[in-house]
Amino acid sequence: MTAQDNTETVKYDDDIVRKFVLATVLWGFVGMLVGVIIALQLAHWPLNLGISWLTFGRLRPLHTNAVIFAFAGNTIFAGIYYSHQRLMKARMFSDLLSKIHFWGWQLIIVSAAITLPLGITVSKEYAELEWPIDIAITLIWVVFAINFFGTLIKRRERHIYVAVWFYIATIITIAMLHIVNSLALPVSPFKSYSVFAGVQDALVQWWYGHNAVAFFLTTPFLGLMYYFMPKAAERPVYSYRLSIIHFWSLIFVYIWAGPHHLLYTSLPEWAQTIGVVFSVALIAPSWGGMINGLLTLRGAWDKLRTDPVLKFFVVGVTFYGMSTFEGPMMSVKAINGLTHYTDYVIGHVHGGALGWNGFLAFGMIYYLLPKLWGVPVYSAKLMMTHFWTATIGIVLYITSMWTAGITQGLMWRAFTSEGLLKYPEFIETVVRLIPFYWVRVCGGVLYLIGMLLMVYNVWQTIKASKAQHADLSDPSFQVRPLSADPEDHASNPNPWHRKLEGRPVSFALLTLLAVIIGGPATYIPLVAIRSNVPTIASVKPYQPLELEGRDIYVREGCYTCHSQMVRPFRDEVVRYGEYSKPGEFVYDRPFQFGSKRTGPDLHRVGGKYNHFWHYRHMLDPRSTTPGSIMPSYAWLYDNDLDTSLTKKKLKAFKTMGAPYSDEEVAQAEQLLKEQAQKITAELTEQGVEAPEGLENKEIIALIAYLQRLGTDIKVANN
Amino acid sequence: MDIIFVLLPFALILAGIAAGGYIWAVKRGQFDDLDTPPLRMLADEEDSKS
Repeated sequence: MTAQDNTETVKYDDDIVRKFVLATVLWGFVGMLVGVIIALQLAHWPLNLGISWLTFGRLRPLHTNAVIFAFAGNTIFAGIYYSHQRLMKARMFSDLLSKIHFWGWQLIIVSAAITLPLGITVSKEYAELEWPIDIAITLIWVVFAINFFGTLIKRRERHIYVAVWFYIATIITIAMLHIVNSLALPVSPFKSYSVFAGVQDALVQWWYGHNAVAFFLTTPFLGLMYYFMPKAAERPVYSYRLSIIHFWSLIFVYIWAGPHHLLYTSLPEWAQTIGVVFSVALIAPSWGGMINGLLTLRGAWDKLRTDPVLKFFVVGVTFYGMSTFEGPMMSVKAINGLTHYTDYVIGHVHGGALGWNGFLAFGMIYYLLPKLWGVPVYSAKLMMTHFWTATIGIVLYITSMWTAGITQGLMWRAFTSEGLLKYPEFIETVVRLIPFYWVRVCGGVLYLIGMLLMVYNVWQTIKASKAQHADLSDPSFQVRPLSADPEDHASNPNPWHRKLEGRPVSFALLTLLAVIIGGPATYIPLVAIRSNVPTIASVKPYQPLELEGRDIYVREGCYTCHSQMVRPFRDEVVRYGEYSKPGEFVYDRPFQFGSKRTGPDLHRVGGKYNHFWHYRHMLDPRSTTPGSIMPSYAWLYDNDLDTSLTKKKLKAFKTMGAPYSDEEVAQAEQLLKEQAQKITAELTEQGVEAPEGLENKEIIALIAYLQRLGTDIKVANN
Repeated sequence: MDIIFVLLPFALILAGIAAGGYIWAVKRGQFDDLDTPPLRMLADEEDSKS
C-alpha cells in the first residue's frame, strides 16, 4: 500500500473478465452458425440430412439457447464483472465463486448442446432444458448472485450507479422466473412434466418467455449501455433523472406484458387485454432508455465517424428503439392477428437479437480488448468491415422476414369473392416464402462472416499481446474506504433514492416486490377462479400410447413449426375447424400451442386424414404434400417405442389431477399394446405392407397422438 | 368475469402507490442532485498500476 492516508489498494480481477469475453466470442460463433444451418434447412429441406439430431426441430432450440444463454449470457457476465468492480471500487467478492460461476455456466451450455439435439427437452421456449440442468442453472445463478451482492456490500463507493440497478433487477427477476417456469414433476433423469397444464402452462411460460427477453436481453444490456456508452464516448449519460424514471417504470411494466404472446388464443380475454395494455405502455420506458443512450453522444457525434465501438453502440441502441416500437405495435390485437405465427415475429426478434444484443456485445468486446490485453485491437479496418457486414446482414434478415410474414399472413386470410379460401392448401403459402428464406440465409451468412472477422481480430490481438509480453496483472489503485466517506453519516439529508441506493438489500427487496406483484397478480386468479377454464365433460386424458406419442412430438420439436391453437378467425375456422377452447388443454403438460406456423396448425388434425396418410407423410412428407419443406422422420419407423416409463408417466399425470383409474395405471402397458395393435391393423387394412413388429415402432404412437388431437369435442358435438 | 374484483383493486393500489411515491419523492427532494453521479463514473479509471 502506498503511504497515503486513509486509502486502500484495490485490485480488480480482470482474468475472469477475459475468460467471459473469450467464451462470448466462442459461443457467439457457434450459436450463429447453428442459426445459419437451420435457416438453410428452411430454404432447402434436404439439409436436414435425414439425421434425427440434425433436424430443424432439434436444432432450433439449440440455436435459441446458444445465442441467448451462451452468447448473450457470457456477454452480460463479462460486462458485469468488468463494470461492477469498477463502479463499486472493489474486487469481486470471491475469486472462487467467480471461477465456479464461469466454469459452471460453460458446463451448463455444453450439457444443453448435448441434450437438445438428442431430443431431451421440455419444449418450453427458451426454457427447454430438462430438470437436472434447470437445477444446475439455479445453483450457478445463486453463486453469481452471492458474488455480485457480496461485492455490492463491500463496495467503496456510496453511490450505486444506474447500471448496477439494472444488474440487480436482472439477477433477482431471472432467478424468480426460472424457478417458477421450471417447476416440474420428474419421471426420470431425462423426462419431467410441467406442474402447470394447458392454458395456465402457456401463461406461465410466456410470463417467463417475455421476461427472459426483458430481464436477460434488455435490462442487463441497458446496464451495459449505461456503463460502456458513456465510457466509450467520454461523455456522461444524457439524463440521470431519465435513467431513474425509466428504470423503475421498465421493470414494473415489463412483467405484465407476457400475455401478448397469446393473443386470440384460449387465454381468457382479460388476461390478453392486460398484456396488450402493458405492452403498448412499454414503449415509453423503452424509448426513455434509447433516448438516454443516443443522446449520450450529444456534442460527440463526430466520434461516430472514426470510432467503430461507438458505431456498434449507436446502431445497437437504434435497433433497440426500433424493436421496442415494433413490439408494442405487434401487441395491438388487430396487428397481432396478422403477424402472429408468421415469420414477421422471427424478423422482430432478430432485429432485437442481432441489432441490439449483438451490436452492444460487439462494441463492448472491441472496447474491452485493449483494456484487457494491454495492446490496441489488431485491426481497426476489420472492425469497420465487421460493422458494415453485420449491418447489411441484419437489414437483409429483417426485411425478408417482414415481407415473408406479411405475405403469409395475408395469404392465410384471403378469401375469393365466392367466399372460399383463396389458398386452401397451406403448402401454397409455404412455397411462396422460399425466396425470402434464401434472402434470410444471405443476411445470416453476412452476420456470421462479421462474427468470424471478430474471432480473427480477437485472436490476433491476443497473439500481439503475448508477443509484446503485455502486462496482464490485475490493475490496482488507491481508494478511500467507505468508512472515510463524509457522506456516510446518518445526519446527511440525502434524497430518498440515494438512501435506497445505500441499502442494497432493501433495494433488492423492493425490486423483487415490484416484479412479484406483476406475475402472481395475473397467474393466481387464473388458478383460483375455475370459471376461466371451463371443464368440458368429453375431454379425457390421453391414452398411454397417445401420451407416448405426445412425448415423441415434444422430442422431435414439432412445436417449433406447428401450432396447436385454432384462433377464432373466419379463415382459421374454415381452414382447420372449430376454434380451440381453453377446456381442451387441461391434460396438456406441457402445452403445445406453439409460436410459429411453418407448417399448418395441428389442433384439429385428429381424424382429418387416415392412418395411412400419416404413415406416408412422416416417412416422406412430399408423397402426400408436394412441395413440403418438412424433414423425413424415417427413424420413427426403426425405433422401438420405449415403454419402460409409461406407467410412471401415467402415475405422474394422476398425481397432478388427471382422472386415470388405478387399473388404467396398472395396465398401462397392456392398454398401450392394445391400441398399437389396433392402429397397426387399421394401417394394414388401408394398404400398408406392415413390416415385422410395426406395432412396436414409435411412428404408431405418434399417429395415435395426432389422431387424438382436438377430437374430444367432436365427440361432444355428435 | 369475477376476476374484475381481483384485478381492479390491484390496479388501483398499484396506481396509488406510483402516484404517492412520485409526490413524496418530489417533496423529499429526490430530484435535487442528479448531476455528479454520471460524471463520477467517468473518472474512476485505474492508473496506479505498478
